[in-house]
Amino acid sequence: MRLIDSESPRIKELKFIWKRLRSSPLSLAGLAIIIFFTLIAIFAPVLAPPRGGRDPYMMPRFGFSPTPRPPSPEAIFGTTEGQYDLYYGIIWGTRTAYRIGLLVVLASALVGIVIGSIAGYYKGVIDEVLMRITDIFLAFPSLILAMAFVVAFGRSLDSVTLALIIVSWPSYARLIRGEVLKVTAEDFVEAAKAVGCSDFRVIVKHVLPNTIFPLLVMASLDIGSIVLTAAALSFLGLGAPTGYSDWGQIISLSRNWITGAPGNPFAYWHTYIIPGVFLFLFVMGWNLLGDALRDALDPMMRRR
Amino acid sequence: MNSMLDNAEKLRVKDLIVRFYTYEGIVKAVEKANLNLIKGETLGIVGETGSGKSVTALTIMALTPPPGKVEGGSILFQRATGEVVDILKLNEAVLLKIRGKEISMIFQEPNAALDPLYTVGDQIAEALLTHRRAEMLEAARELEAVESRGLWKILKNIPYFRERFKEKLLKKAAQKEIIELLRLMEIPDPERIINAYPHELSGGMQQRIVIAIALACSPAVLLADEPTTNLDVTVQAQILDLIRRLKERFKTSVIYITHDMGVIAELSDRVAVMYAGNVVEVAPTREIFKNPLHPYTKALLDSIPRPGSPFKSIPGIVPNLVNPPSGCRFHPRCSYVMDRCIEGTPPLIEVSKGHYVACFLHGGA
Repeated sequence: MRLIDSESPRIKELKFIWKRLRSSPLSLAGLAIIIFFTLIAIFAPVLAPPRGGRDPYMMPRFGFSPTPRPPSPEAIFGTTEGQYDLYYGIIWGTRTAYRIGLLVVLASALVGIVIGSIAGYYKGVIDEVLMRITDIFLAFPSLILAMAFVVAFGRSLDSVTLALIIVSWPSYARLIRGEVLKVTAEDFVEAAKAVGCSDFRVIVKHVLPNTIFPLLVMASLDIGSIVLTAAALSFLGLGAPTGYSDWGQIISLSRNWITGAPGNPFAYWHTYIIPGVFLFLFVMGWNLLGDALRDALDPMMRRR
Repeated sequence: MNSMLDNAEKLRVKDLIVRFYTYEGIVKAVEKANLNLIKGETLGIVGETGSGKSVTALTIMALTPPPGKVEGGSILFQRATGEVVDILKLNEAVLLKIRGKEISMIFQEPNAALDPLYTVGDQIAEALLTHRRAEMLEAARELEAVESRGLWKILKNIPYFRERFKEKLLKKAAQKEIIELLRLMEIPDPERIINAYPHELSGGMQQRIVIAIALACSPAVLLADEPTTNLDVTVQAQILDLIRRLKERFKTSVIYITHDMGVIAELSDRVAVMYAGNVVEVAPTREIFKNPLHPYTKALLDSIPRPGSPFKSIPGIVPNLVNPPSGCRFHPRCSYVMDRCIEGTPPLIEVSKGHYVACFLHGGA
């Protein structure tokens, strides 16, 4: 028998996860990137103070000329088409990215957990019906389906969020169902029933906690890709209203300037490189963190 | 239909039929099985793998594993109130009150029967708080004055934290009970083990914890499904000894499932022999060993390895239960097979006092 130390098991667990995260430079990089963006999102009003009386998410303009202007002391990232302030848009766009990413992932994970655990736990006809419904959603390419929903709901950020929830819950339901099927075959589920636990209690206390780690990994990987999909929708003109701080839209505004001026192909580099780099770092940060979590939480690698 | 139990009986399984609907066909796992459990006794059920022992046990708790379905028969059980019920006809709400409180179960694989995410203490507390919550609340109330100090003094007035505080007190109250229980299980240093996770304990220790969970609410019937099969022999002896003593202390009737005749001889008062879903012989333990009647029981006893004599096995294999043999299911392997064994199923008949056998060699019109 192993020596049992007095430290609380939860603290021990967290310490162990932290030790694994710390041991890999890539994980640390991911963590650093995410912390960086989180700070930007929290301190957006300080970093780019909004002008009073307007929606803080709307980018301020320096005139109405269509031609973007390069970075200057006045607008440190320069301006994009329509003289929108790039710096302001990128800072407040971090908030938009977080809002979409977290909202979509949380909501679709929640729906996925409910549907997946009911299907996996009760099996049989219930499972069959729920999984065929899931299949219908999975049968369409998710971007196309999301586009169709946004068009149906009307163009706004809220309909983008809703559309993305509708297309992403099925993969969570699938994942959870598979894990639940695996866990319900274990004796301890039978044992919990034999003690007199109700189905609800068995699912919430014994089944779900044993299935949640793969979900955490998938969710963290998803936050990045959801933001990317939202950006794609914005780029296609289906997202936020014009002038809203949203990375996808900022890149979309640079569409006419990517080819540059005659004889100078990189004349307007700042209009697409800067928002592109931010979007890239954000997605990469979540991917690195997701990978790190997978390594840290993988039961095969960690059970000593 | 006899829907009554004898005075001495605690539980009776009558003509139980359980079938599994699989892709290969319908598996007739239990076919008209009859058993009874006398108050205070230990009934051993022996049989090979696939003879329907475990399915019968799970069905007694109305937990027949899917895709299994109970297709007939009844399981009469005398509840703590004295009322006799048919477990197969009860609704889920009543069953939740019976499982763990009046009938509980010890599993074969202690490592798998414990949830890896909770401490041993939490898992025993679950059983206690499911069925003895009122009692624990009483104990928690006494602790309240002592525990409400520091931050809790303020926090306990806020509705959410009030609930947390109650949970904390309940756990604390249960803890005393749990340590007592662990001590009964002869676990050294229970104050430390209560905070251990299952994977930190040895198989023998884990099995003691599983037994503690099963006995936490002093059930009237304990189903033990090969609880010592995966333990090494010295630990096995300790666990058997423990079960025997706890049975006296908790005044529990035990159904002990095993394929080990040695364990049966050691522990049980009566034995039921199962073969391919049928109960083929029931008799007091002494009688089974001295005077086995069914050819299968004889073969089973002959196959116990003895030093010096050659190892004997039963010829043939356990039949496929999708297409079981006609008549007596043992007939293809039986050395006394007659024509009527192929045609008809022999009923379970009492040949001498308390000795039942299902074989045409011994009566059966």
